[in-house]
Amino acid sequence: MHKPARLSRFNIASLALGLAFLYLPIIVLVIFSFNASRLVTVWGGWSLRWYHEFFNDRAMIEASWMSLRVAVTSATSATLLGTLAAVALSRGERFRGRTLFSGMLYAPLVMPEVITGLSLLLLFVATNAARGFWTVTIAHTTLTMCFVAVVVQSRLGSLDRSLEEAAMDLGCDPVRAFLAVTLPLIAPAIVAGWMLAFTLSLDDLVIASFTTGPGSATLPIRIYSEVRLGVKPEINAICTLVIALIALVIVGASLASKLSSSQGESAAPL
Amino acid sequence: MAGQLPGTDIAAEMAGVNAHPAAGQPLLRIEGVAKTFGTFRAVDGVSLDIRAGEFFALLGPSGCGKTTLLRMLAGFEAPDEGRLLLGGTDIAQALPHERPINMMFQNYALFPHLSVRDNIAFGLKRARLAREEIATRVAEMVALVKLEGLEQRKPDQLSGGQRQRVALARALARRPQLLLLDEPLAALDKKLRESTQGELMELQRRLGMTFIVVTHDQEEAMTMASRIGVMNAGKLVQVATPRELYEAPRSRWIAQFVGDINLFDGELTQRDGDRLVIATGGAGTLIAAAAREPAGGTRLSVAVRPEKIRLSRRGTESEHAAPINRLDGVVADVCYLGGTTTYKVRLDAGGMVQASLANSARRDADAYGPGQPVVAAFAPDDCVVLER
Repeated sequence: MHKPARLSRFNIASLALGLAFLYLPIIVLVIFSFNASRLVTVWGGWSLRWYHEFFNDRAMIEASWMSLRVAVTSATSATLLGTLAAVALSRGERFRGRTLFSGMLYAPLVMPEVITGLSLLLLFVATNAARGFWTVTIAHTTLTMCFVAVVVQSRLGSLDRSLEEAAMDLGCDPVRAFLAVTLPLIAPAIVAGWMLAFTLSLDDLVIASFTTGPGSATLPIRIYSEVRLGVKPEINAICTLVIALIALVIVGASLASKLSSSQGESAAPL
Repeated sequence: MAGQLPGTDIAAEMAGVNAHPAAGQPLLRIEGVAKTFGTFRAVDGVSLDIRAGEFFALLGPSGCGKTTLLRMLAGFEAPDEGRLLLGGTDIAQALPHERPINMMFQNYALFPHLSVRDNIAFGLKRARLAREEIATRVAEMVALVKLEGLEQRKPDQLSGGQRQRVALARALARRPQLLLLDEPLAALDKKLRESTQGELMELQRRLGMTFIVVTHDQEEAMTMASRIGVMNAGKLVQVATPRELYEAPRSRWIAQFVGDINLFDGELTQRDGDRLVIATGGAGTLIAAAAREPAGGTRLSVAVRPEKIRLSRRGTESEHAAPINRLDGVVADVCYLGGTTTYKVRLDAGGMVQASLANSARRDADAYGPGQPVVAAFAPDDCVVLER
């Protein structure tokens, strides 16, 4: 181990500036969520008043609950579909149009959300689907499925094919070989994919606002409409809670991918 | 599809397959097996019998189809043509898990999430053996490959040699009728490879199991196998014992692939019993003994292994009663290899000849140096006559 080079003053300054740029707004928000004052920009001492306010705000609680339900349901179904797609694309026989399929899988990653949201809205209107929980969930599943597929596919790609063959050689039929060998080895990537899908769904505003219906606003929609009427300190409290939740999930996801990399093969990207 | 293929036997004979009449039925009979990937014929009409208890090596350069053939035996590829008869039943279309055959993979393919014990027990659990039976067999295997004390380790906590042993134990645990080994020693360093070769042979003898090993390393094949099948471009070109393969290669290609060899191309000018007189371009007129009738006309090559050639100083060589080939030349290059020294001699007739001499004395004052005029001599019986 050789000593890492010492940071120069310029390095330190740019690092501090960069971090400040990224995190100062968030830190300000977190601090102000503990503000006792009714005015957002005036400091009135520490207090948990706005957290209390939030937990008594029925509409906000409902929106949060809606968001969580959507996130869990859509992340779970996206993980299922995304994993299946990844397995089919990297393990199946070379079928016709496979390259096209892989390309199409990546397209939603770069598609502007407005377009995705609008096209889904058109679809739901055309099929006369009642807009609400399920339409948002379906929309989020389509959005996050490709992220899961990408994460799982890269893990599968780094996995040695002969492991599955060895399992078959030792008496497993193809399905059992997948369950006994491949699945445990890609599990960390699947978990990471789920967490990624969960956070993406939790903070999505654009697609949700296109596809939701009356009476089923998600938390970001709710917050956005509140803010338009003026920022209440309560919003800061909610945002702090969301940040805490997402930070927890991100830490979980990176732990999962670290676990995956410590099992010999290369890590899932995260 | 898997029926009788007309012309298979002829094709097999043409390919130079030795008809070894085995006592009783062979354990494995490969009959006219072919496999095509797209337009590439990876395995092209291979027929071969493997006897029970045999250590057989498939030898060939990379891309010759030996691994594809092995994968067809394991069940990872289905042959397009031909039959694979194991103990009389055609297994060509059976899935890998339905075959009493196990394989040791080139990169070992150990399950990284399972311990050594669970890796070895993996196949036994699928066979639905009783728990005590599994425990006994795993212990047996661990002792067999000398891995005691490492049962709880994960594969990434093992050295290359230990991983190789786990892979071997895992493949042997199900007591297969046939064990396939794909380049089993390729990932080990030279010293370890040599000791492992010995252990593999010892193990095979002790268990009386049938091994088929695929390798591109001819030394490995010669050391371990009782018979070697040489493959080139999807075809089995010769099946022979190591000695036959080295001393009596069937073709120019095999002669050059297995070991070093001097090849002199020429025309047959005269025949005297089993003595052939061949006029070569690079080495003048040579006399060679031909064990069998060369069928390919008069365009022939004389092949001599470097260690069959004796060197002596000009004018000092003793006269032999037996007919012998004497080629005048000058030493062009000397390569000291420890046990032997290789001399490259530029012949007066124009060609080059390589001679390999054992360094039997520690101090050799008579060693030849570059520029030394010498005579390279070899007996007609040490020549192999090959068709061009």
